Amino acid sequence: MTELKMNRRSFLKSAGALAAVSCLPVSMVELAFADQKKNFTFAYISDSHIQYITGGGFVRNWDRGLIRAVAETNLLQPKPDFVVFGGDLAQLGMKEELDHGAEMLAKLNYKTYCVMGEHDYYLDLGEYWSKLYGPHYYSWDHKGVHFITLNSIITYDEWTHERWPTAEQPMLEMAGLDNPNGSPFMVGEEQRKWLAKDLEKVKKDTPVVLFSHSPIQKIYKGWNFWTEDAEDVHALLKPFDDVTVVYGHVHQIQYNQIGNISLHAVMATAWPWPYPQSYAQAESHLPKLTVPMNRADPFFERDATGWQFINMASGRVAMSYNLYNNTNRTVAFDPKTGTPRDSAYQNSENRIPPQTHY
Amino acid sequence: MSKKIAGAALMAIVLAMIVGRFTVKADEFTKEDLERWQNEYMSVVEKGRALWVSPELGTNGVACAQCHPNAANTHPETYPKFQQQLGRVIALRDMINWCILNPLEGPTLALDSAEMIALEAYILFERRGVELAPGKH
Repeated sequence: MTELKMNRRSFLKSAGALAAVSCLPVSMVELAFADQKKNFTFAYISDSHIQYITGGGFVRNWDRGLIRAVAETNLLQPKPDFVVFGGDLAQLGMKEELDHGAEMLAKLNYKTYCVMGEHDYYLDLGEYWSKLYGPHYYSWDHKGVHFITLNSIITYDEWTHERWPTAEQPMLEMAGLDNPNGSPFMVGEEQRKWLAKDLEKVKKDTPVVLFSHSPIQKIYKGWNFWTEDAEDVHALLKPFDDVTVVYGHVHQIQYNQIGNISLHAVMATAWPWPYPQSYAQAESHLPKLTVPMNRADPFFERDATGWQFINMASGRVAMSYNLYNNTNRTVAFDPKTGTPRDSAYQNSENRIPPQTHY
Repeated sequence: MSKKIAGAALMAIVLAMIVGRFTVKADEFTKEDLERWQNEYMSVVEKGRALWVSPELGTNGVACAQCHPNAANTHPETYPKFQQQLGRVIALRDMINWCILNPLEGPTLALDSAEMIALEAYILFERRGVELAPGKH
């Protein structure tokens, strides 16, 4: 077949292939012009809250969320280089919950890195989680990008070690998002020292991506959408050209730009959380940049939950949110504005009524 | 006949005047009364909060607060409203029962039960200060 003579059959064939490509979210198409070294993808699953029911069994709804995310991540094309699980695998840190969650995560066909969440930690201070997933904080290099995982959900020693009559009590207290007996999350001095040392060997033009469970920024203290020493962590990351923080915990779409640092939140697989502005008695600081996710429809069990596919071609995160009962969203770093931007809704005239939260 | 009614009415008025001397006046109350009534109300709000975070309300250990911290995203000021997923106008307590039945996999509450009133009291307490918006979606 010459270039000019295209028979009907081959035309239909290529048209079909084009149609298939146009159905995929933009970020799933590899960017051919990108720096080959950084031209890779990874997937992000978070906040599964596997919950053991006294007397046996697990909450079906939360199980289904993680099972679906794992199954869909395994079908990704192009294949992601690895998967990150963003914390809160368990609801109350129980061995039963962590084991059941680990069994589901083990079905992933990719290397999986895990982040510590408060629901995994406060029953035994992360001891059983460590048996499954290793150290609480660590770093690695992948195709020219430096990745870091922090345990950002620790708090004051007095709260953790001295305040409660039993070992179970801190877990029960911290598990209630709106519990006034809780305590603010932090990275803490020990990890900040480790981070400073870890970053010494990293060139300033190397893209740095940091994973934490809590937002390394201050949005609403009442629900711990908050890290107490966020500014101290930012100071350590300041010398680098391209820094991205990806966090879980908030169960909703959030993104922000603070100086050189882009911040992105991920969805839960279990259930969505309201935006803090919908709590009438509180003042919250949702980043102005964020175009909220649609208000959740409880009649669709998986609505406002999902998982993420991340493209690193630009050296920053291009985050594709896979939302089960909604149009998928893509929030990617835009070099023109120097901030993350939503591909469809960033302009205020494009926003839709379900994005209004009250 | 009319004489009988007039007589009975007069008797009732006289009786009311006599009894009235020994009871409180309906339109008068003290600071202490206000305080007591507020405390009575708050004790029910607190019962509502306890139910809100309780793993016992349903059967699977899931609590209301897991999805609705501080009762946020419940929009009590919008009820009764057309609940589009059900295709009819419902009250807040119908939605409370929907949540108990579905995500909590529990038995629904009687609409006039003490538990239901406590849950409503808590939800509305967390929403105090917000303008009424019946019907708003």
